[in-house]
Amino acid sequence: MYKKILEKYEPKKENLISILHDVQDSNEQNYISDDAVWEISQYLNITPSHIHGVISFYSMFSFKPRGKNVIRLCESPPCFLRGSENILAKLRQLLGIKIGETTEDGLFTLELTACLGVCGNAPVMMINEDVFGDLTEKRVEQIIENIRRRAK
Amino acid sequence: MAKQLKLWIDNVEVEVPAGTSILDAAKKAGKYIPTLCYHEDLRATANCGICVVEIEGQNGTKRACSTAVWEGMKVRTNSKKLRELRRTLLEMILADHEVECPTCEQNNRCQLQDLAYLFGVDEKNMPKVRKPQPVDDDSFAIVRDPNKCISCGRCLIVCQEVQTVHALTIDGRGFEGKITTPFDKGMLDSPCVNCGQCTVYCPVGALKEKSHVEQVWDALLDDEKYVVVQEAPAIRATLGEEFGMDPEKVTVGKMYAALRRLGFDRVFDTNFSADLTIMEEGTELITRLKEGGKLPLITSCSPGWIKFMETYFPDLAENVSTCKSPQQMFGTLVKTYFADKEYLNPAKICSVSIMPCTAKKFEANRPEMRDSGFQDVDYVLTTREFVRMVNEAGIDFKNLPEEKADDLMGQYTGAGTIFGATGGVMEAAIRTAYYVLVGKELDNLDIQAVRGITGIKEASLTVPTKELGDVELNVCVAHGLGNARKVMEWIQSGEKNYHFVEIMACPGGCVGGGGQPYGSSIADRARRGLSLYKEDKDLPARCSHQNEDVMKCYRDFLDAPNSEKAHKLLHTYYFERNAMSGEATKEVTHKH
Repeated sequence: MYKKILEKYEPKKENLISILHDVQDSNEQNYISDDAVWEISQYLNITPSHIHGVISFYSMFSFKPRGKNVIRLCESPPCFLRGSENILAKLRQLLGIKIGETTEDGLFTLELTACLGVCGNAPVMMINEDVFGDLTEKRVEQIIENIRRRAK
Repeated sequence: MAKQLKLWIDNVEVEVPAGTSILDAAKKAGKYIPTLCYHEDLRATANCGICVVEIEGQNGTKRACSTAVWEGMKVRTNSKKLRELRRTLLEMILADHEVECPTCEQNNRCQLQDLAYLFGVDEKNMPKVRKPQPVDDDSFAIVRDPNKCISCGRCLIVCQEVQTVHALTIDGRGFEGKITTPFDKGMLDSPCVNCGQCTVYCPVGALKEKSHVEQVWDALLDDEKYVVVQEAPAIRATLGEEFGMDPEKVTVGKMYAALRRLGFDRVFDTNFSADLTIMEEGTELITRLKEGGKLPLITSCSPGWIKFMETYFPDLAENVSTCKSPQQMFGTLVKTYFADKEYLNPAKICSVSIMPCTAKKFEANRPEMRDSGFQDVDYVLTTREFVRMVNEAGIDFKNLPEEKADDLMGQYTGAGTIFGATGGVMEAAIRTAYYVLVGKELDNLDIQAVRGITGIKEASLTVPTKELGDVELNVCVAHGLGNARKVMEWIQSGEKNYHFVEIMACPGGCVGGGGQPYGSSIADRARRGLSLYKEDKDLPARCSHQNEDVMKCYRDFLDAPNSEKAHKLLHTYYFERNAMSGEATKEVTHKH
């Protein structure tokens, strides 16, 4: 199933992280499945428990299904000082989920992240690969609404 | 020889070879530096920080377990700073640890408890920080309580590096980091082979066996139930330590006496079925040698090894002996042979075994282990659980009289008793196979080459057989699954050509089993093995084919070794297992 992705890489341990990224991105639910872990472990000759360690070490990876849109709100001090707490409350209210959870429609997962390196635009969040800065509660509402509309 | 280095530990001069850790150098200087995550058998990970020391001329502190000494080093193992540091570390560890000492398995043995007491830790200093997590108790053998885990990492090292099973992993990092099963699926749905080495090395009771104590008490106190018990060879080599007796001697008579006082209706001995196993497995070996069957023949007594083989080496399943383990042979016979002889309804018999092993609990629950028409072995108690029951019942073990096992399935030979040590099954099998092939007993029954604590042992013997002329028999003994993995890879690649291979899942064999006392070190295991060899030497009969109870069982019930009836009752088959979930996916051998 993941043969195409795996064959892009030499079967070396060093390639694990790149493979995990590739495998996760290819998955609609933004996660690395058991089957994928098994195939990767066979390909690189490392154990599933080792892969678990790596996946769980990096917050970008997940071995549990996530929403189509993974929201990562920055929890670092600069964003906090600029009101990320209110943004988090707004997101939780809009989505009806807690941190780490996925909405029932499978559209959103809410996560926190360390600094995204754009403190000049704090508070900041990422949705999948896109960065959204200078967030206000109003702007967050619009962003979420937009995604919901496009999904219909 | 490594260069000798001179150093000072608390002003005591000591000389050690280069490469020695401060911890070991200090021992030589008569000083035990406190440790928690460190264990002499395992790679030092420097996880806990309790063993911190100060070195003159250096800033900060160093961890004694993982810092090598250097020439002229001046080490200080105690100071106001070190005491405070250790105490703070202990407080932080305790803040993450569910403190339920009075009911904890490890009470009075727990290393965290000891240290907290020694350093005068006030548990209330640190607020509890972690959220309670569910206890993982779905496995047939092992219970894991993440609330007690202090992330020392010993279980990880033993599971990943010694056993190469990888049923445990680290999840997350930093404050959120914890030890868990791969993908948080729990022990039952992990590649765990139930060997229980994690329970032996856990310093705090976060890992223990799935207890059958309550069920066994219920059976013992139920007048309707006829409760029969068997005890594995390794148990007798361990009870001495547990009851304050000579740890270098086996304890047999008092063990039987204690079991009777607990209320068991019939006290037999697994050593009987160890002898029986040799008759079956020895015959299987001879048949394979004569008829060109699949070689090497690999032993099947160790249920941890069997699940490991099914998971990682299912292609070698046909090499593995079809014999059930002694526990399961015994279980089947209790509810058939014994029940017939005594006119007992097998439905009313409760069959209990006392094992040095946690994997035996899994084995007893394997769905195919029901050849008697019932679950062949109902409950399995580990050595630890047995000791606990004896103590609960207030039995003065040390002063018990020496009693004998009951007739029919209680007699054993030296060959049965050495099953408990690595190399014992091999030695016992060679004694009997030699006798059958040559027509006379071996001149020297002690086969030293397969004894001892070396991880992989090889030997070559010339057997002057009657039918085949001189046969060169190449044998190999491995204990610990990391060693087993190496041997299996040699067999797969054709690098080695053996005729007979003995594998035991646990380092040291059954005397080092996962159900043995907490903290059992390799040194303890080696000593227990020697006690078994000593008992063997002193027994009147030392070969399985000399066991009269076993011969009677063949005459009256089983016909002959590997007969149709023996195959039906005493042999089994194997599965292939998913290496992520441990689930049996298909049969790879079949019952004959």
